[in-house]
Parts: sequence; structure tokens; C-alpha cells
Amino acid sequence: MKSITRQKPFDEIVNQLHDFSRIFIAGCGTCAAITHTGGVEEVAAMKDKLQSQGKFVTGSIVIPVACDDVTEALVEEHQCSILSAHAILMMSCALGVHRMSQNVGRKPVVPALDTLFIGMDDGQGVFHEVCAQCGQCLLGEMAGICPITACHKGLLNGPCGGTNNGKCEIDKEKDCAWTLIYNRLKEQNRLDMMRKYQPPKNYQAVPRPRLIKVF
Amino acid sequence: MPSKFKEALNSGKFVITSEIGPPKGTNLEKMYHHIDLLKDRVHAINVTDHQSSVMRFPSIGGCLAIKERGGEPILQMTCRDRNRLALQAELLFAYTRGIRNVLCLTGDAVPVGDHKEAKGVFDLDSVQLLRAIRTLESGKDLGGNDLDGAVEFCAGAIVTPEANPIEPQLIKFEKKVEAGAEFFQTQAIYDLEKFAKFMQFARQFPVKVLAGIVLLSSARMAQYMTENVPGIFVPQHLIDELASAPKGTALQKGIEIAGRMIATIKKEGLCDGVHIMAIGREEVVPDILQAAGI
Repeated sequence: MKSITRQKPFDEIVNQLHDFSRIFIAGCGTCAAITHTGGVEEVAAMKDKLQSQGKFVTGSIVIPVACDDVTEALVEEHQCSILSAHAILMMSCALGVHRMSQNVGRKPVVPALDTLFIGMDDGQGVFHEVCAQCGQCLLGEMAGICPITACHKGLLNGPCGGTNNGKCEIDKEKDCAWTLIYNRLKEQNRLDMMRKYQPPKNYQAVPRPRLIKVF
Repeated sequence: MPSKFKEALNSGKFVITSEIGPPKGTNLEKMYHHIDLLKDRVHAINVTDHQSSVMRFPSIGGCLAIKERGGEPILQMTCRDRNRLALQAELLFAYTRGIRNVLCLTGDAVPVGDHKEAKGVFDLDSVQLLRAIRTLESGKDLGGNDLDGAVEFCAGAIVTPEANPIEPQLIKFEKKVEAGAEFFQTQAIYDLEKFAKFMQFARQFPVKVLAGIVLLSSARMAQYMTENVPGIFVPQHLIDELASAPKGTALQKGIEIAGRMIATIKKEGLCDGVHIMAIGREEVVPDILQAAGI
């Protein structure tokens, strides 16, 4: 599982930091490093850019896994530079922002990234969404292709009229999920799965805000 | 009591429907004009529901205007803008105001329209919406609760006979039939041979099919549709025919082509009727009918 992020426009980052002159920067060595949005190089570049804006960067780190409890130990270790900062700029996905917030008391934590989706990469630097975490997995009936994420409209009972030569109406480059599902079910000789009526989805499979107690 | 449109479908007559698009704004004069032009010439008039995801006066408002002016409306309902509560509520309201025909559609994607940052809803899809209508007719809502007063609709759906690949469309067509669709209005068709093949398939089911006739207003428009509108393929000979029309007469040629197609469909009994979409040129629909000899 990878949390796919995109760096916010620099203007937006600066706006969020408007009231703060002393900044501590924290990146993430896992997902944000893979997407080149919050790894070692990006954190260093951000430090330079903020300094050129007249900010004072009290320190910076790249947390190996920013959503993990390792963050707590690193906050401890960098206590001095964090305490002397007015705000922490987090170059991780939102999970890292939350984790940092839990560990720095009332100190504002500001995201430098937008968290886009949970995705997989194709090995060529392209990340795509494969799971919307809907709480009712349909992959078994859909030949392993999720219509919730792969179909722009999240349709459950077949393609809409916007499909054209196997592509989607919103983007001629984008595959129509239902053509993919159809092709694969056909290969598997399981087209009867496509004929099966799918009832409306239960959007309260886990009530929002979602929470599960495991032990 | 069956709707007037349903009676027409069951009469064995060649059924003709057309459609109007409500205005962007509150000036309804042009829409009234189109309704008055069409209401006595066609069996029913569809009202589009934020067609192409462009925000407009609502479909239900257009349907009420048709009722007020003595016409027979078909309420187009897409799944794009309302969740299951809002869709059901609108069906209840439509029924109480004498609207008896509903066309269930998925709806175009939000980003193709003029509110590109809006949230597409798609809580239900078109098959589920058809079933929702049948559920409401049984006196229950989708939550399983009793209704104090049920609905009764002639419910229809759409199909794209020229989609590529076609089989997923046909599977969905069957699901729509099972969900309770009584009639289908098709996406625009131009190749009658291909359409006849589709009808061989569709004839197996107890539903009425109205062939979609989209007016071609110029060779450029025909070319554009072929290249950009999913499921629409205008054969080259029709594009050439439009291009060969003397300057200023392409629209007339388009009317002639549409009339000719309708006449052929009727003569050969290819399907149960036609649905004429003039897309902004509703005032020429009577001319198309005249060209078809209707």
C-alpha cells in the first residue's frame, strides 16, 4: 500500500506558513520518498525555498515511516529544533501529519503535500488508484478489477454510454473499466458474473468517521 | 392507469418522441415555444436532465411545463446529481404532478460539463434506478419502509447499439430489461444495417425500442460527432452528402437525411418508433416529420 501524494503549490505552502517565521520540516522516507514529494532531496529543496522566502528553518528530518510510531522517538530526538519552531511543515501524506500532530502538543503542523489516493506503481513511475477502501470488496466478482476505482462513475452494473472503443468519456487515454472487466471475465469464461445484478452499495459498511477496534 | 405514452407504445402504432433541453436561466419562453411546436406532433417529449453535465433549469420543471401546456412528458433522470433519497423524493413528486414516464440514465461525467469541480454522485446506477422505481411502485422505499401512497411509472432506459465493444452494452441492456425497463430510446443510429442486427437481439425481449435520430446540421458537425461522441458513427456517405449540399442548405440536407431514415425505419418496421433529438434546433422537428411523411 502506498499513500500517493502531490506537493501543494508553493504559494499555498507559503500562505499556510504566513504567521510563522521559524519552521521545522519533516519528510517521510517511505511513500513520499517513492513519489518524490517528501524524501531527502525534496526536504532539502523545500528548506532552500523557504529560506529564500525569509523563513528560518530550525531543522529538518526525514522520518523513515512518518505514519509509524517511530515519529514519536524522532520528535524526542529533535526536541530542541522542534520546540524553537513556530510550526512544523510536514512533507508526508496526511497520516504523517496526524502522527506528527499527536506528538508535538499544540504546535501547528502544516501539510506541504496533498494526499491523493492509495495506489500501486507500475514500475515505470506511474501510480494508479486500485482501492477506494469502500468496505465491501467486489474484486472476486469483477475479475480483479475494481469498478469503484477504475470506473470514473463507480458504476456497478456495467458500462455507461460514454465508453468508446474501450476508452472512457472523460479521457480518451483512459481505459473503460467495464471493457476491462468484460474482457477479463470473458477470458475467464465467467461473463455470468457481469450479468448478475449488483444492488446499491452500502456506504455505511463502516460508519463515518471510520474506526475499527482490533484488540 | 397507463400513461398516454405507454398507451401509444402498446397501440402498435409507430411511436414518435422528441426532446427539449431546458434553458440556462429563468427565461422559459424558448422552451415554451418548443413545447408548443412539438406537443401535438409527437407522442411524448423528453426533457433532458442537465444534459452534458451543464447546469440548467431542471428536467422536472420542463416536464411540468409540458403538462401545463397539454403535452406528454418523459422525465429524464440521471444518477449524477442526486443520491437515492433525492431520486426517490423526486419520483414521488413527479407522480403527484401527473408525470408518468421516466427515462433512467447514468448521466454524463461531471468533468465534461460546466461545473467541472462538482462532486459526481452516482449513488445509484441506471439499473438500480429502474429497480428503485419498481420498488416504489410496490409501496416501499429503498430502505424497506412503507409508503403512504405509491407511484406508477412507464420506465425506460437507453442503449447504445453502435458501441464498441457491443457485448457489454447488450449485457447491460438485458439487466435493464430485468430491472423493469419497458422502453428503450437508443443513442443516435445512422447505420440501419447495424441497427437491424441490434434489433434482432432486442426483439427477444418484451420491450419497445425507439431508434435515436440525431439531426445532422452540417458535415462538420457530423464529423465531429463521429470523432468525439461515444457510440455515434456517422457513415462517410452521409458526411459526403451533407458536404455536397449547396452553401447554406446543409441543415435542410440534414432534415432530409433524418426524414429519410425515419421513413425507412417505419416502412421496414425495424423497431417500434423513433426518438428525435434536434439538439438546439427543436424548431425543425416538424420539418423532419414532414420529410419523413408523418
